[in-house]
Amino acid sequence: MAKEPKNPKSVPGVKGKAADVAAPEGTPVAYPHTADALAPVPHGGNFAYVRTEMASSEPAPANASGPLAWVRENLFSSIPNTLLTLFAIYLIYVIVPPLVQFAFVEAVWTGSDRSVCATEQQGGIQPNGWFGACWAYVGAYGEQFIYGRYPDEELWRVNVVGVLFFGSLIPLLIPSAPFKRENIIFISIVFPVAALVLLTGGNFELNGFLPTGFILDPGTVKFWVDYIILSAIIAGIAYAIARASDKDPMPGIRSVGFVMAGIAVIMLILATNFGLETVPTDRWGGLLVTMVIAVTGIAVSLPIGIVLALGRRSHMPIVRFFSVVFIEFWRGVPLITVLFMSSVMLPLFLPEGVTFDKLLRALVGVAMFASAYMAEVVRGGLQAIPKGQFEGAMALGLNYNQMMRMIIMPQALKLVIPGIVNTFIGLFKDTTLVLIIGLFDFLGQIQSSFTDPTWATPVQALSAYLFAAFIYFVFCFGMSRYSIFMERRLDTGHR
Amino acid sequence: MAVTTAGGESAPKVALLNDPKTRAWIFQILLLIVLVWLTWVGIQNMFDNLRAANIASGFGFLSRNAGFAISQSLLEYDQATSTFGRVFVVGLINTLLISIVGIVIATVLGFVVGIARLSQNWVVSKLATVYIEVLRNIPLLLQIFVWYFAVLRLLPGRRDSLDMGFLGQLNISGWYAPKPVYGEGINLVLGAFLIAVVGAFIVARWSRKRQEATGERFPVFWTSVGLIVGLPLIAYFIAGMPLSFEYPEQGNFGPRGGARVYPEFIGLLLALSFYTGAFIAEIVRAGILGVNKGQTEASHALGLRNGPTLRLVVVPQALRIIIPPLTSQYLNLTKNSSLAVAIAYPDLVSVFAGTALNQTGQAVEILMMTMLTYLALSLLISAFMNWYNAKMALVER
Repeated sequence: MAKEPKNPKSVPGVKGKAADVAAPEGTPVAYPHTADALAPVPHGGNFAYVRTEMASSEPAPANASGPLAWVRENLFSSIPNTLLTLFAIYLIYVIVPPLVQFAFVEAVWTGSDRSVCATEQQGGIQPNGWFGACWAYVGAYGEQFIYGRYPDEELWRVNVVGVLFFGSLIPLLIPSAPFKRENIIFISIVFPVAALVLLTGGNFELNGFLPTGFILDPGTVKFWVDYIILSAIIAGIAYAIARASDKDPMPGIRSVGFVMAGIAVIMLILATNFGLETVPTDRWGGLLVTMVIAVTGIAVSLPIGIVLALGRRSHMPIVRFFSVVFIEFWRGVPLITVLFMSSVMLPLFLPEGVTFDKLLRALVGVAMFASAYMAEVVRGGLQAIPKGQFEGAMALGLNYNQMMRMIIMPQALKLVIPGIVNTFIGLFKDTTLVLIIGLFDFLGQIQSSFTDPTWATPVQALSAYLFAAFIYFVFCFGMSRYSIFMERRLDTGHR
Repeated sequence: MAVTTAGGESAPKVALLNDPKTRAWIFQILLLIVLVWLTWVGIQNMFDNLRAANIASGFGFLSRNAGFAISQSLLEYDQATSTFGRVFVVGLINTLLISIVGIVIATVLGFVVGIARLSQNWVVSKLATVYIEVLRNIPLLLQIFVWYFAVLRLLPGRRDSLDMGFLGQLNISGWYAPKPVYGEGINLVLGAFLIAVVGAFIVARWSRKRQEATGERFPVFWTSVGLIVGLPLIAYFIAGMPLSFEYPEQGNFGPRGGARVYPEFIGLLLALSFYTGAFIAEIVRAGILGVNKGQTEASHALGLRNGPTLRLVVVPQALRIIIPPLTSQYLNLTKNSSLAVAIAYPDLVSVFAGTALNQTGQAVEILMMTMLTYLALSLLISAFMNWYNAKMALVER
């Protein structure tokens, strides 16, 4: 600015004089006709009124920087904006202080029965007009909220399952943690078997399943005989297919052998008596049931969803038709009707005498429902893969399975990780619905605790719901943050 | 290839099973056999089980007398004489009622919060963010419980209800709204209203044509408001003020008269609208952010001010992004209204798939009817939104 004084007043007494000054040899002269405008003097001019050095930068005026300026610019820049700000502050004032007052200031943290959380009018010890959260009650019921009515002396089993689950899940979620492959094998094969044995007590009864009843009595022996016969039949089919398509039959038979042997080991473990007490599922409850439903739902729905998504994009008309009808049906009806259906109608479709566990029925319903949603998520990913990837894979001589496993699915699943996590968050929230069909999940356990007269006070429901909301929020918000983190990390595409 | 294979000699000799077409058909036929077999066994078992449990089948129960009460019903419903078919219709209408009202409120809320989140105002945008994150991450059922069992229970008792002036009375047993009472001549007012709406429509079309032809503008908005408000008002006074409101009065045992809105309805409505509103807000935000900034700049360069830029340039393009996910939110709200069963709001699932099922035991028929109804509702809403989407879609050369 100082170099180009546009305002003549800033150099008083100069006007009209420039032409009279005898300029030394070799220095540019300010020409008379420009003197009025005081045009910039070419470099080297050493007039008294021209600055020779840069003016040092000044700090911004006090009213254009700092928190006050920020407040003025962001919150009170105009009348409507001011009104908006005041309205928002009013809303915060209405919501936050009473909440803090309720949850912390007036809250009761210790106590043994309802009297600590009731006012004198209601038969308690608090002054009339008191209104605070009853954390004493939440603390007293904490164990039930987590384990339900699981027997006290067996709680360590649930804890072990929890430690195994989170202990193997967290390293899996941290990208830099080592042993990913071992971890995946552990969490997808070892963990489910261990969890099943620990939670239920194991020692399952095995029964024959083939019509060989005319030789053998039903029981464990018959199961193993049937199992060997079944393995032989499957191996025979594999051999026949390989022969009919001019291939070496050995690899097929070998893999059938491996799979059947693996399943046999699992069956053996499930049937072994580890001396654990059997805990029927109607004693499970609380966060345990919520986690069981959510984790099983996601674990089952992901593979089924992938198969359905592939089916929907298949060129085989019957397969495509079946997939479309299946997906659209489950997506078109509310989950609660699905749960009603699986709890009321499913037993009707089974042969007489076969009964289904109540929890298992809910799991079937949830898994069907989640699979349909998962299928649509996966389909979105498949559609985003350019055709060239399919063609390239085929040109390399890969068959359908290899193409999907090695080329398409890794890319498609990577694209839809946020969608999968969203489905999982939705599923986690939807597990609360099982309380309507009489299972005691986390929310159901809370709801059922209201019937206990020991703690019945007017603040009981609000305290419990606040606690539940906090727990659900932590889980869901954590998952959504993790999905955002993964999305950024996996965003290696060059778009 | 095509030429040489015409003779059929040089076609590569492939084992039948290696031919992809044969494989596909074998696979599909196997799938079909398995499915048909499973269905057949299932149905067979079902009939056996039903016979064993002595449960009738068929839809004869729909004309049988239901014999239980329904708290809220827009239709004539009588415990003593109404049938299960009537129960179905009443439940369906209650579901539709809560869905439509919920959709309207959730949309308004969602748009307001979504725009608030984009606001330059720091307090407003942070408040909107907190609202969205909190409400989206808490299960809907829990929110319904909070509203119904905790918040609405804080209202005063029946005897000392909250007087809200011309809005009626509010207490723990519901909102006693003023009830409109129609006198003679109300048809004149209704007719005037209809004429005004048609008139406003015609004026809008005429003015658009004229603007396209001559460039002259016409104050359509104010004319329409004048027509739609003014004409019925004139008719109202001409007909001798045929509309009045019956206000609830505080009696000894609670308010009397007025139209009672049940707390189940209020609780469910609040939970559904706030929950879905949070999702819609995110959709709206994504839609507005999805419009290229160049569009706003170009519009400003053309000399449009902020208002017209938003109205004529940004919003029409944002709507294109917003509508498809918005549809699925509307569908979600409709399906989520079935959570009514948890607080006994008499919707379709609650009265039909709940009470009626328990009374008749005909699980298969009732659940199939319920599920197909929801399926039909879903298809209807998505068909309507697809039509709207097509109307709004970008028309390219």
